[in-house]
Amino acid sequence: MKIRKIILIIFFYFLTIGSSFSIEADIFVQSTVNRASKILSENLSKDEKINKLKIIAEETVDIRGIGFYTLGSIRKNLDDNQKKKYSKLFREYFLKSFSSRLSEYTNPEIDVLSKEVLNENYTIVNSLLKGTSERPEVKIDWRVYTKNPENPLIRDLIIEGLSLARTQKEEFASILNSNDNQIDALFKTLEEFSKN
Amino acid sequence: MIKKFLIIIFTTLALTLNVNAGSDGDLILKKNEPAEVKDCFEKINRFTFAFNQTLDGVVFKPIASLYRKLPSPAKTGVSNSLDNISHLITIPNNILQGDFKQAGVNTGRFIINTTVGILGIFDVAEYLGLTNYEKEDYGQSLAKLGVGPGCYIVLPVLGPSTIRDTVASTFNYLGGDPWYNITVGEDTQYFKNSDYYYSKGASGIDFRAKNYDSIENLKKNSLDFYASVKSLYLQDRQQKILNSRKIINTQNDSDWDEISQ
Repeated sequence: MKIRKIILIIFFYFLTIGSSFSIEADIFVQSTVNRASKILSENLSKDEKINKLKIIAEETVDIRGIGFYTLGSIRKNLDDNQKKKYSKLFREYFLKSFSSRLSEYTNPEIDVLSKEVLNENYTIVNSLLKGTSERPEVKIDWRVYTKNPENPLIRDLIIEGLSLARTQKEEFASILNSNDNQIDALFKTLEEFSKN
Repeated sequence: MIKKFLIIIFTTLALTLNVNAGSDGDLILKKNEPAEVKDCFEKINRFTFAFNQTLDGVVFKPIASLYRKLPSPAKTGVSNSLDNISHLITIPNNILQGDFKQAGVNTGRFIINTTVGILGIFDVAEYLGLTNYEKEDYGQSLAKLGVGPGCYIVLPVLGPSTIRDTVASTFNYLGGDPWYNITVGEDTQYFKNSDYYYSKGASGIDFRAKNYDSIENLKKNSLDFYASVKSLYLQDRQQKILNSRKIINTQNDSDWDEISQ
């Protein structure tokens, strides 16, 4: 009887521990947004802000996944070295582009409004970037990859219904199409962007 | 040259025209899928895009920059007035799309805002519960009838469009736009031609000002700005045609899952 009780306690203990580590997608987004807002409102130089924003992006965004999604079907034709090189170049490009875009904002206020669980892998979190005297309010939806509930990752930002991942995918496709689908042309474009 | 252009338009429409009033959302969605819209005139489009960019830098951007400095109530008033005028195209298109309820709501909005709202400066109808105004045009109505977008095209000054939407916009000048009719058309006793052109120019400035930071940001961070604008325009059209702000097939989940393994 006593052993059974102990086993039950241990079972519930681990059950509680296990569930306490899973992070709800909406809380994850609000926390990420709060971290970014805090940095943007601090009295820091632009470079310092960019560096801190890059750290947040590395922790919360599935950069590798977005990179290969963006590449489209051509990724299936790449060898391991090309994949490795692409991942590196995309990471540099993404972090520079992401932090540069965000650093233009000062103290953006984003409220998480609701969430829609699409399936066990994806949840869409709906939020609103509050308007200012210079721009109207903007609806931002976050596609969060929740396969690992302990470590949710952002895979797309959908601004007023327009997907950034999809836009980037079509942008990369355009570069590849203009260069006979030569991946080296894309590598060169990514390198040039990161250098400038 | 004009003859050739008309033949291309006619052929494209003939190829894409598949009038089917019973088209369901999936078929319309598929037809207007951005990745499926061909860029048949890419070289010319890129040239026109570059021209438009220059024009933007010289005319629209500087004016939009000044416009942004106006007090918020003034900007809201201008924006509301322009939206109010746009009801004149939206309402007939609500009817063409069989959305009679929305046509009624928008007619109510137009009457209230034009009178109580002083020529649309104040969106009184919004306060009275007539909310969620969505613009409609003849391009969207043709799409709802099952007409495919045809090729992507960049128009001088006006910017991105498709063959279908460009052809549809000519309906505005053939009696389909009451605002055009009472300004530039024949019945012009109360308004001048210039009122129409000022309103169109103001719409362009208002749009540019509202999206000022987004456009500059996109320009700065794009690897191919032309391709980004094309993608965003076509995604936006797809949404407007379906009257849905929901995320439309933004990503193929199986595509992602393969990456995740």
